[in-house]
Amino acid sequence: MKHTISILVENNAGVLARISGLFARRGFNIYSLAVGVTDNEKVSRITIVADGDDYTLEQIEKQLNKLIDVIKVRTVKPDELLQRELVLVKVSCTAAQRHELISIAKITQAKISDISIDSMTLELSDCESRLENFQELLRPYGIKEVVRTGTIAIQKGTAALRA
Amino acid sequence: MATERMTVAAAMVKALEQEGIKHIFGYPGAAICPFFDELIKSDIQNILVRHEANSGHAAAGYARITGKPAVCAATSGPGATNLITAIATAHMDSVPLIAITGQVVSNQIGRDAFQEADITGASEPFVKHSFLVKDGTTIAEVMKKAFYISGTGRPGPVLIDVPMDIQKQEIDFEYPDTVEIRSYKPSFLGNKLQIKKAAEALKNSSKPLICAGGGIFTVNASGELLQLSEMCDIPVISTMMGIGAIPTEHKNYYGMLGVFGVETAKYALKECDLLIALGARMSDRSVTSLSPFHETVVIHIDVDPAEIGKNSPVNIPIVGDVKKVLEQLLTELNEMKHPRWQDMLYTHKSERVKRNTDNEKSAELVSPKYFVKTLCKYLPDKCAVCSDVGSNQIWAANNVVLSGQGRFITSGGMGTMGYAYPAAVGIKTAEPDREVVALSGDGSFQMSFMELATAVQHGINVKGVVFVNNYLGMVREYQDKNFEGRRTMVDLSGSPDFLKIAEAYGIKGETVSGNDRVECAVKKMIEANEPYLLQVMVDRTERSLIE
Repeated sequence: MKHTISILVENNAGVLARISGLFARRGFNIYSLAVGVTDNEKVSRITIVADGDDYTLEQIEKQLNKLIDVIKVRTVKPDELLQRELVLVKVSCTAAQRHELISIAKITQAKISDISIDSMTLELSDCESRLENFQELLRPYGIKEVVRTGTIAIQKGTAALRA
Repeated sequence: MATERMTVAAAMVKALEQEGIKHIFGYPGAAICPFFDELIKSDIQNILVRHEANSGHAAAGYARITGKPAVCAATSGPGATNLITAIATAHMDSVPLIAITGQVVSNQIGRDAFQEADITGASEPFVKHSFLVKDGTTIAEVMKKAFYISGTGRPGPVLIDVPMDIQKQEIDFEYPDTVEIRSYKPSFLGNKLQIKKAAEALKNSSKPLICAGGGIFTVNASGELLQLSEMCDIPVISTMMGIGAIPTEHKNYYGMLGVFGVETAKYALKECDLLIALGARMSDRSVTSLSPFHETVVIHIDVDPAEIGKNSPVNIPIVGDVKKVLEQLLTELNEMKHPRWQDMLYTHKSERVKRNTDNEKSAELVSPKYFVKTLCKYLPDKCAVCSDVGSNQIWAANNVVLSGQGRFITSGGMGTMGYAYPAAVGIKTAEPDREVVALSGDGSFQMSFMELATAVQHGINVKGVVFVNNYLGMVREYQDKNFEGRRTMVDLSGSPDFLKIAEAYGIKGETVSGNDRVECAVKKMIEANEPYLLQVMVDRTERSLIE
């Protein structure tokens, strides 16, 4: 089962290496990982989507909490979570195909970020399953490149994760 | 304390003095020279070892006997990487170790400079925390944090890596009295509700059992453990790290559990209806099969929440300082009696003891089991028996006799060969009035016998014992059992006469080739007021276990 784990860490050198190292050596699989600074410049937030049963999740949380630079760890149930990921897709696109791609962009609420004689780059921020749909829609045109940021997540409602 | 102007190296030494450090085990190299240079001006005694790994083991022995962080120091590159085994060993056994390493000058980092190694990176899986000091003005805070992190909660190794130019940097130094780390709050008291639950479960149990781990020594909880065992009439078994948590000859003690444990301890674990695991990890080597646990109520008390439920299912988890939790638990309990359960275990134990003794008498050359028992008969109460890894560890673990003050020190989790002698050097340095004996096999001893020089140079009165059978005995046993007796890489022919090795270092000793010579030789060794070595020729067929 996939879990989305939010981790607040001290913004110290090497903290990401400590966390990714922990996942690797304890055999926890990472699907995606995203890092950025919070409104407090001394604190960064890491969002990890990881795979595992309840035992694994409990171990991940406990082991993360043991790292000195980890301030807080929270795993929120999927239905209480607002998840987003940004994807950039560069597809082949002849002049004749442009209208079709523009209409796909409209329907999916994607943005056309770049265009050239024979390609187009579309940008979409959404949840994981929709991004996958989006990619499938573009596949017939010939995907040249896909770049994803990894999932970030925030809890719905007023609850907030702060250091 | 007022601010003083000094170099970072001087500040590091001042910080160590503030932390009450009296000894450092180290090995120099260019990158750590500024630090060692400042040590000359200090009362801290620097003990030169002969290999960096042994500086870590010596400091670990020191830390385990004093219960406080102890310090080892090495240079950059290979000096630092040599420390890794010692750091990993300390990590596995939750030993508060401070490792200080020199690093190449800051602007050379990342350029593969001479003797450069990313030691904070390389040691990361084995440290509780580490610091690479890039700004000298942080040194006071780093040192304070290092000692706090290493010595509190579940203790562990902390590494401080300081580039050479930073060591020479001039700073204003003031050592803080306290330290605050928002993300590190080791919990101490146990949850009251959980403690009530545990007391209730204990009252409903007819066959309760305590498994004592190394955590007992971390917080000096032997007294509370003994009180619980005696007041509630609960048998005690231990992990390898927990040997001596209660006196080994106590009527309630039934030995070490695990793969190489005592039959009665394994039997007790299988038969009990309630298990209190105290400061024990319940590792794969201790608890081999979890199935018998089905109907056993497991109460796991540990300061590290990550250990609870990691290796074995648990019904009542209690996170907290083992000593404090035991104090809390004792207030909830009254006297209990379990005569039938104790009788069951006692009968089982008596049968085994007889079988063992018969086996020892028939041994050719020396029976190592008989040797360990005889040694303990003559050792004073305040002693430390260090063992290496291999058959010798099991012989020692299952036959060592310790009263309240005696300690058994070995590499439990990591199983690091060559640990005993340097650890003994560390223990003897910390407590010169404690009689310290290092027991090694001929395999392990050859991994650290260069430390005989350390003992001689610094006048550290460590007694060494080498069991010689010209085999890596435990691996041989493993091959006999699992590879249809095909033995490979276990024959140690070519090993030296260890008595001659000792003589070469100026150490006196004796070779013992028969059971009848053991008593006399042991007495002579203990009486010696200088480093001493016994070479004990053991039966080549002697196995770790009888069964």
